[in-house]
Amino acid sequence: MCIVKRMAIGQTFLGLLEAGPRHGYDLKRAYDEQFGGSRPLHYGQVYSTLSRLLKNGLVEVDGIEQGEGPERKRYAVTEAGVTDVAAWLAAPEKPEPYLQNTLYTKVVLSLLTNRPAGELLDVQRAEHLRLMRELTRRKNDGDLSDQLICDHALFHLEADLRWLELTAARLDQLSKEVAKRG
Amino acid sequence: MAKPLIKATGLSKRYGATAALDNADLTVNAGEVVAIMGPSGSGKSTLLHCVAGIVAADSGSVDYRGRDLLRMSDGERSALRRSDFGFIFQFGQLVPELTCLENVALPLRLDGVKRKEAERRARHSLERLEVVDVADQRPGEVSGGQGQRVAVARAMIIEPSIVFADEPTGALDSLNGEAVMRLLTTAAKEDGCAVVLVTHEARVAAYSDREVVVRDGRTRQMVEAL
Repeated sequence: MCIVKRMAIGQTFLGLLEAGPRHGYDLKRAYDEQFGGSRPLHYGQVYSTLSRLLKNGLVEVDGIEQGEGPERKRYAVTEAGVTDVAAWLAAPEKPEPYLQNTLYTKVVLSLLTNRPAGELLDVQRAEHLRLMRELTRRKNDGDLSDQLICDHALFHLEADLRWLELTAARLDQLSKEVAKRG
Repeated sequence: MAKPLIKATGLSKRYGATAALDNADLTVNAGEVVAIMGPSGSGKSTLLHCVAGIVAADSGSVDYRGRDLLRMSDGERSALRRSDFGFIFQFGQLVPELTCLENVALPLRLDGVKRKEAERRARHSLERLEVVDVADQRPGEVSGGQGQRVAVARAMIIEPSIVFADEPTGALDSLNGEAVMRLLTTAAKEDGCAVVLVTHEARVAAYSDREVVVRDGRTRQMVEAL
């Protein structure tokens, strides 16, 4: 599981470069170690990101080394890059309430078509718990990073489960509402 | 398929006009961790108490190793609980006048084990639960998380075939609750001991192998999607 949204790779690179200039390869290695999980970055992603940061003036080429193979560029973060990563870190992420998600649609559709909505909720509940068991095992076998990443997922799944439980308790009420609307 | 360790069938229990259990079933195999979940007041604690023989169901049966708990005398049930079952409750229920070590050794002492031997085994049990450093303190002097680990150590000391845990993390914060669950399930797996766990927290239930949901006194066995 990769833990950094693809759109944030650029800012993550800028942050990693604050410690000092690095080659693309070193940057990829540092990124994969800290954030890659089971999905390390492809080289294509590394160089396309660096090229975008270069174009936007957020990094600059600090030096070029000639070796036996192709030349290796060393990248450094610019002042604009430091400002960019600082702004990104300071800005809160948009909370996503997942209003009217697929599950809600499935429940209402089941009621509209006289299918057993309670069973749907039970099956979903079992599936959520199956994943929670898997994450709990991974958390207990893992290091602190694994624990924090798994906890984040576990808390979200737990919130879903609470919704499933509450919806199961309100099915009769919802059924009447849906019939009234229909 | 192996015979279940304990099998409760058709349990019903009324408190006045209220049906706390209505034809509920529960099967637990040796060494497995089963979570009983459900909304408040659904009957999950009553189910645990009936299966463990703490409360007598009005009807049904609880087969444990070929014997029906409901047909035993109070004395027989009490002896069985002391020899084969471990219990953990939400608030530890440790004896406040005794040290943590003495609390853990208590079930062995009641069973006639000599003090020195009982305390040696109690110390080992506390070590397993990572709280041996509070051995000489009294329950009132330790944190909630430490107290609950001591309660787990006490439940495990008789090497029970099954531990009944009623909201064992209900009074703890997330971090302490998870530590208690990790230690309890690890110790139980090592000893081949089954755990029946009542909880309303999904993150706690995630330490189980299987869940049973109770709604309005009736049990629903959860089946995963194919």
